[in-house]
Amino acid sequence: MDIFLQQLINGLVLGSVYALVALGYTMVYGILELINFAHGEVTMIGAMVALSVIGALVGHVALPGVVIVAMGVLVAVPVCMLLGFTIERVAYRPLRHAPRLAPLITAIGVSILLQNLAMIIWGREYVKFPPILSSATHQVAGATISDLQIFILVLSLLIMAGLVALVQKTKLGRAMRATAQAPQVAALMGVNVNSVISLTFIIGSAIAAIAGVMVAAYYGLAHYYMGFMLGLKAFTAAVLGGIGNLAGAMLGGLLLGVIESLGAGYIGDITGGFMGSNYQDVFAFFVLILVLVLRPSGLLGEQVGERA
Amino acid sequence: MDLSEALLASLLEARKLCVAYGGVKAVKRVDLDVNAGELVCLIGANGAGKTSLLKSLCGMVPASGGTVHFRGASLTHKPSHEIVRHGIALVPEGRGVFSRMTVKENLEMGAHIRHDRAAIASDLDSVFTRFPRLKERAAQKAGTLSGGEQQMLAIGRALMSRPQLLLLDEPSMGLAPLMVQKIFETIREISQQGVTILLVEQNAKLALEVSHRGYVMESGEVTLADEARALASNPEVRRAYLGE
Ligand SMILES: Nc1ncnc2c1ncn2[C@@H]1O[C@H](COP(=O)(O)OP(=O)(O)O)[C@@H](O)[C@H]1O
Ligand SMILES: [Mg+2]
Repeated sequence: MDIFLQQLINGLVLGSVYALVALGYTMVYGILELINFAHGEVTMIGAMVALSVIGALVGHVALPGVVIVAMGVLVAVPVCMLLGFTIERVAYRPLRHAPRLAPLITAIGVSILLQNLAMIIWGREYVKFPPILSSATHQVAGATISDLQIFILVLSLLIMAGLVALVQKTKLGRAMRATAQAPQVAALMGVNVNSVISLTFIIGSAIAAIAGVMVAAYYGLAHYYMGFMLGLKAFTAAVLGGIGNLAGAMLGGLLLGVIESLGAGYIGDITGGFMGSNYQDVFAFFVLILVLVLRPSGLLGEQVGERA
Repeated sequence: MDLSEALLASLLEARKLCVAYGGVKAVKRVDLDVNAGELVCLIGANGAGKTSLLKSLCGMVPASGGTVHFRGASLTHKPSHEIVRHGIALVPEGRGVFSRMTVKENLEMGAHIRHDRAAIASDLDSVFTRFPRLKERAAQKAGTLSGGEQQMLAIGRALMSRPQLLLLDEPSMGLAPLMVQKIFETIREISQQGVTILLVEQNAKLALEVSHRGYVMESGEVTLADEARALASNPEVRRAYLGE
């Protein structure tokens, strides 16, 4: 088995999910210069809601597994959209003109609140993702790729392409970009800045819901605490690519997934067996620290001060 | 329309308008009128409150007192994105172009409130005819333009909303003399084409030359209001603003 190719595939799959979540961080940062630390929790809520729906359907309806999962997603997405909208309205909008520390602390507060809420609703135990999806695998040049991996990778890339098209090609996307650059001037053009901000949260949360279901399906479980690590990694991906930059979030996500995966694959060899692949999470934070020290604006980040 | 006819129709009426930033009173009980078809200028030293006045007319800063009416409708306390729908466009101080968007996208943003695609396309052509430089640079990022080109872009973008009243905040600021001439020619042309204009300028000489009427602002208050020609020959104005 080719370890390099195998870890590359695993890394790209994982990285594509990081990229989806990172988009939510970067879109909000681009417009509000706010790190929405509750975004990871929105991902978790998406996974939990979908799993509740899936759990209720499995064994009771005679539908293919894919359809049941799709129904879970179809419920999770609007729930998360509403959640994202509400978070912005209730927690961030009243602090729009407050010192920047205030919304940051509030974001952490919302995050803890959502975790605890999820713990009360879904309990402290892992929630299992029922084995209803195809577990078929394919051999590619000595590596293995599963149907689920292919599905996650393809759907992630489609969502990213869709978002790029929305932001670059539509009137709404143009208004979003204008708002991100100079909100007061965008308002002069007739853009309702508050609506654009709400929409940004709604779109980011919809994508987060899908990413949450992907993670749960990939690892076969979900947990009220899963949003914390996922959020932190996606945030790292956004910073790596250059926070505020859409292409950066995608690149950062994919890169982080690959770094993590290759790192986990080789860490045993590098340390002579002293550290195992359970140290995988260390790489994300190593990357975060390196980027913050060496290139805080990220790979594709713009120079500070360009904002009008 | 000629001036006497235009004077019959009052477009903008600000009454006892006040703007304050915390304790700092930037605009103090200002009365200001702009009639349909007029080109009115507002001159005054740095810090006199001109920008604050324009910003409050467009809802960018809240009025701390007084009222604004436009074509009879109250605009007081309306947000910017609604005021532009009433027919007021601002070319902000420092131009405010979207630097990471292309020239064409900037102009399209100017037409954000419109849905008449065909007319938008023909207005885009008119802007490109008026400013051929912008046409050459249509696909370039606005941030790469020179100061004068950015000013043209900001003016073109404002025109794309088909405003009834165009507010210009120091359009000649920081530009080379030739470009200043060009911008003032453009302002005169736009005015002659029937767009009502309120022009804020540091360059009092040129502003009074192109305008019908003018206001002089000092420390937040309007201290003089008259025909532009009368202001230009007023000894006080000549001494304080025309460098004599
Ligand atoms: N955002 C602001 N916050 C506090 N004070 C301000 C602000 N903007 C302007 N000012 C003050 O208001 C006064 C008028 O400023 P401004 O309207 O910019 O004048 P002008 O355009 O005539 O130069 C000045 O004293 C200025 O310092
Ligand atoms: Mg000013």
